[in-house]
Amino acid sequence: MLAKVIVVTSGKGGVGKTTTSAALAAGLALRGHKTVVIDFDVGLRNLDLVMGCERRVVFDFINVINGDANLNQALIKDKRHDNLFIFPTSQTRDKNALKREGVERVMEELKQQFEYIICDSPAGIEHGAITALYFADSAIIVTNPEVSSVRDSDRIIGILASKSRRAERNESAVEVHLLLTRYDPGRVAKGEMLAVDDVKEILSIPLLGVIPESESVLRASNTGTPVVFDEDSPAGRAYVDAVARFLGEQREMRFVKPERRSFFRALFGRA
Amino acid sequence: MAAGNLVQGALFTVMVVRAASLREPAFEHELAQQIGRSPRFFQNAPVVLDLRGVENLTEAAEFDSIKHTLRELTLTLVGVQNAQPAQLEAAAAAGLASFAPTAGGGQARSSAAAPPAPKTRIVTEPVRSGTQIYARGSDLVVTAAVSPGAELVADGNIHVYGALRGRALAGANGDATARIFCTRLDAELVSIAGRYLISEQLPAGVQSTPVQIALVDDQLTITRN
Repeated sequence: MLAKVIVVTSGKGGVGKTTTSAALAAGLALRGHKTVVIDFDVGLRNLDLVMGCERRVVFDFINVINGDANLNQALIKDKRHDNLFIFPTSQTRDKNALKREGVERVMEELKQQFEYIICDSPAGIEHGAITALYFADSAIIVTNPEVSSVRDSDRIIGILASKSRRAERNESAVEVHLLLTRYDPGRVAKGEMLAVDDVKEILSIPLLGVIPESESVLRASNTGTPVVFDEDSPAGRAYVDAVARFLGEQREMRFVKPERRSFFRALFGRA
Repeated sequence: MAAGNLVQGALFTVMVVRAASLREPAFEHELAQQIGRSPRFFQNAPVVLDLRGVENLTEAAEFDSIKHTLRELTLTLVGVQNAQPAQLEAAAAAGLASFAPTAGGGQARSSAAAPPAPKTRIVTEPVRSGTQIYARGSDLVVTAAVSPGAELVADGNIHVYGALRGRALAGANGDATARIFCTRLDAELVSIAGRYLISEQLPAGVQSTPVQIALVDDQLTITRN
């Protein structure tokens, strides 16, 4: 099977790209697929923290692009799962270090070893984000249920359709999926957040999953554990569902309706 | 000054005179008559001599003589086209330029073929934020939604079979009869021939409804469909 390159992108910052990249990579690995997750956010390296391998970084993506190290020196094997690898980036360089030819060479080399290559994009629509999405076969658009995030997602979908390598070569379009994160059904019901259907209608791309706002996400990133490893967490379960849908399974959308108010809260009114 | 500013390309309309017709006895008379009808148009007008089907004219002196004849008719011979190598050499010696053959086939007055009527531009994918689509000289049809931050511009009409959430500017080259049609009006801005309304000026009754927009007495008028 030919390796598939997946970019996790959003335009806007702080919506959950790195959390999603980590969860998706771990989720695919748990399903038995050899997966690597690459940090494209040069200078603002975070993926290694979220994956809990920051103290094991010796060589990075930029070292490999520049030929200062080989791929296997830079790849970090995850301690929790044999199928999962992390490819950290440089904290001391900037996005201009992402030379397209160098990135292309590294991608081709990774395709020989892995089934899935997850590219964790930086925010924005500048060189770093464009380079992260350029080689993608598939894109996961991480969106929060608020208007500015939706608009930025729309912009990045347009860029995927015009600036990706598939677009430049007139190949079949990059497959685009919507992942709605930090979703709070209670606030949606109160009209404080956009509903799933509103976002779907504006972006008109297929929905891969809805990740509920959850304390477990912050806990997971602070402890360096991808949230899919936390089976008790609603967000973790939602990511597991999203990975299953990505692999072509049908799963019902969970966590999109407000939780029923408990007996006591009903009894004593609104807390 | 940058070298690029010293030499610039430009396009001109130049009359072409068939060298073969110079031999016709009535040529000079007829040309003089035509020039007499619009003397200012022909005043010092540049002329290219078309040598198609002409075998002689291989001496610079012959070109000098034609130059002189045309000069008397207020025309300035600037070059030749369809010249054979010997003719080209002679023409160059007479200070004439060489022009590429034209589609007009060297007729004295070639009427340019009418350009094909521009076809309506059809867009079937959603128009995303940050994208601009311009239908030059034609109508624009979009069969999907137009996102906030996207811009549609057409010299003709604009049709959106979906929600119009971005900007739509019809009649962009000043055509006041252009119209905008959409199945759901949530636009940031609509404009026809330079007259525009922004979203907060759109009447509440037409928001999120199917409408057409036209200029009536220089006023943008929105009617529900």
